Amino acid sequence: MKSLDELAKIRKEAKNKIDIRDSKGKVRIVVGMATCGISAGARPVLLTLINEVNKRGLKDVVVSQTGCIGVCRLEPIVEVYKSGENKVTYVEMTPEKAKKIILEHIVNGNVIDEYTIGAVQ
Amino acid sequence: MDFYRSHVLVCGGTGCTSSGSETLIDTFNEEIKKHELEHEVKIVKTGCFGLCEVGPIVIVYPEGAFYAHIKKENVATIVEEHLLKGRIVDNLLYEDAKDDDRVRSLDEVDFYKKQKRVALRNCGVIDPENIVEYIGYDGYKALGKVLTTMSREDVIDEIKKSGLRGRGGGGFPTGIKWGFAYKATGDEKYVVCNADEGDPGAFMDRSVLEGDPHSVLEAMAIAGYAIGARQGYIYVRAEYPIAVKRLEIAIEQARKYELLGDDIFGTGFSFDVEIRLGAGAFVCGEETALLNSIEGKRGMPRPRPPFPANEGLWGKPTLLNNVETYANIVPIILNGSDWFSSIGTEKSKGTKVFALGGKINNTGLVEIPMGTTLKEIIYEIGGGIPNEKAFKAVQTGGPSGGCIPAKNLDTPIDYDNLIALGSMMGSGGMIVMDEDNCMVDIARFFLDFTVDESCGKCPPCRIGTKRMLQILDKITSGKGELEDINRLEELAKNIKESALCGLGQTAPNPVLSTLRHFKNEYIAHVVDKTCPAGVCKELLAYHIDENLCKKCGICAKKCPADCIDGVKGKEVFKIDRDKCVKCGACMEACPFNAISKK
Ligand SMILES: Cc1cc2nc3c(=O)[nH]c(=O)nc-3n(C[C@H](O)[C@H](O)[C@H](O)COP(=O)(O)O)c2cc1C
Ligand code: SF4
Ligand code: SF4
Ligand code: SF4
Ligand code: FES
Ligand code: FES
Repeated sequence: MKSLDELAKIRKEAKNKIDIRDSKGKVRIVVGMATCGISAGARPVLLTLINEVNKRGLKDVVVSQTGCIGVCRLEPIVEVYKSGENKVTYVEMTPEKAKKIILEHIVNGNVIDEYTIGAVQ
Repeated sequence: MDFYRSHVLVCGGTGCTSSGSETLIDTFNEEIKKHELEHEVKIVKTGCFGLCEVGPIVIVYPEGAFYAHIKKENVATIVEEHLLKGRIVDNLLYEDAKDDDRVRSLDEVDFYKKQKRVALRNCGVIDPENIVEYIGYDGYKALGKVLTTMSREDVIDEIKKSGLRGRGGGGFPTGIKWGFAYKATGDEKYVVCNADEGDPGAFMDRSVLEGDPHSVLEAMAIAGYAIGARQGYIYVRAEYPIAVKRLEIAIEQARKYELLGDDIFGTGFSFDVEIRLGAGAFVCGEETALLNSIEGKRGMPRPRPPFPANEGLWGKPTLLNNVETYANIVPIILNGSDWFSSIGTEKSKGTKVFALGGKINNTGLVEIPMGTTLKEIIYEIGGGIPNEKAFKAVQTGGPSGGCIPAKNLDTPIDYDNLIALGSMMGSGGMIVMDEDNCMVDIARFFLDFTVDESCGKCPPCRIGTKRMLQILDKITSGKGELEDINRLEELAKNIKESALCGLGQTAPNPVLSTLRHFKNEYIAHVVDKTCPAGVCKELLAYHIDENLCKKCGICAKKCPADCIDGVKGKEVFKIDRDKCVKCGACMEACPFNAISKK
């Protein structure tokens, strides 16, 4: 190692990759991945979310998955938990919608109402 | 894609490895491949998480799900349910020893709630065989800071101000020791890490080396800069193969990244580290013996002064510290001495790692702020005594320490309080004893260890401890006299004062401390010829309780000495004490718990 900058660069890249081992105080995006979720297309949604979070280097966001959420007909379902705010449930997700959620909701802080469970039901 | 959505941490510490975590990793890799998850899920082999009792341990992030007692057969379930479908596998989660609620993540486990991880900060968190992960957790940042922004005096001052004291046993202030080595004159100096860890029951140094080897290398390089040395040695016992292997990998990677070697960070500072293997003799942990051993001589202590700081390896100034001491250096440099000294007590700063063992529910490694009470460790972190037995004592400091009785459980743990109770911090073994432990027998156990390990150089230790052991043998076999207790005490005091090295000087401690707190047990052995805890075989007598005996005759069938008599269904059974060989078979066999030993 010839300089501190070199070390800082390695650290930054490494931090990004190991960040998910510390989920305290972070925004959690949870994707329903039970059988019906997967068959409705939850996997591409999950992968898109992860990709977007990674691409934008969003440090305080973790994407994780969960089992049956209970409303199979509206799958794929994505839930966003921010501390101090109510949980937001997005339904009938697609990779395109997922991208928008990262930009609008996670980065800019605006819930996309028309994708939420309230708008659909 | 090199970014993984899920990390599966599998413990690769010695405890979990011996219960099969290597095959778990292989199976995980197979299963993950089978489900085409290899670009999404990363398997990480870490060091010890601390709760070895429930190993092998697997933790899945980002959920932080804490799986315990994982077998090969469970792997497919975890992959299919958790990793593929996102359903945490409830019945594989760790069950807290106290209540039956399944604990879902590490933060919820009682075992970790009162702990504060400084020395163990990366153990069980990073992959110890991957320097990039260490760097990701701010690794080598402290070395960079020291080399580019601090003078050698600044570094030593910072360590002095932190109040850090040696974790290898004696508790000597680390900064002052660094100052001595810095002031010593010599064109060549050395930095040595003592990883001998000979105390029975202690394994914190092994865990640091296995789980976070770079933290020790980085600290040694910082020490090298501070005192003006360019070569370091780690003396580690050959019985620690995993630790040795991970150290080798770490040294190689650090050299590759030029964090060891010449001209580190382009500052002109050069430092390298080599490993020296020890054969595992307890006395080789003593600093002068250790230095002799590194030089290739017999590992025998020599008188001090001269201290190693002035005349160490090959007669050159040498700084010698313990593994855990080094593991505290990087956090002190990064967070500042004020942060460090805000943890702990007036005269003992920071945290201490203990290896909790014996009659306790959660055996394993715990790191607590100094000043935590013994009671908090045993009951809140350790989960209390199993089988509803009564607590009797806790042994700290290994063969150099002593036993602390129940009435002192509220004592905050620090160097000085433990010494005041007739024990000591030592390297951090902590063995809990319950009503079934005989304190005379415990003292005998540690003395037996000392007699075996004494190097024989000086007569007080070579002859004196042997004599003490003979007296203890006499007492535990029921042939002791009252006068023996006084003889023991006198011998103990003389050996303490006249032995050449720390081994002999502290060897009498287990005897003195049990005499101090449990004299009644010694007296019961010599006067009443009984062992109150029912341990010392020669003093035991098996006895059938007439009121509990159901006259079933099972015991008589089991007795190899044919000394139980009775008439099945009609007459209470009786043991003929003269013929009984005290094998205990009858007691184990009786379905009605009618047989006891006293
Ligand atoms: C018999 C004996 C055995 C010792 N064993 C160890 C040991 O295994 N590891 C250790 O670090 N220190 C051990 N010590 C203490 C060392 O001599 C020395 O004080 C210590 O390594 C200094 O490092 P520290 O100041 O960081 O504690 C032992 C001392 C004696 C007398
Ligand atoms: S006290 Fe014991 S171990 Fe130490 S030098 Fe003397 S004989 Fe050897
Ligand atoms: S086994 Fe127990 S109950 Fe049966 S005869 Fe022996 S002492 Fe009595
Ligand atoms: S302890 Fe062994 S020898 Fe003695 S009575 Fe029981 S079974 Fe027989
Ligand atoms: S399985 Fe999808 S909501 Fe139940
Ligand atoms: S070795 Fe796995 S938890 Fe200690």
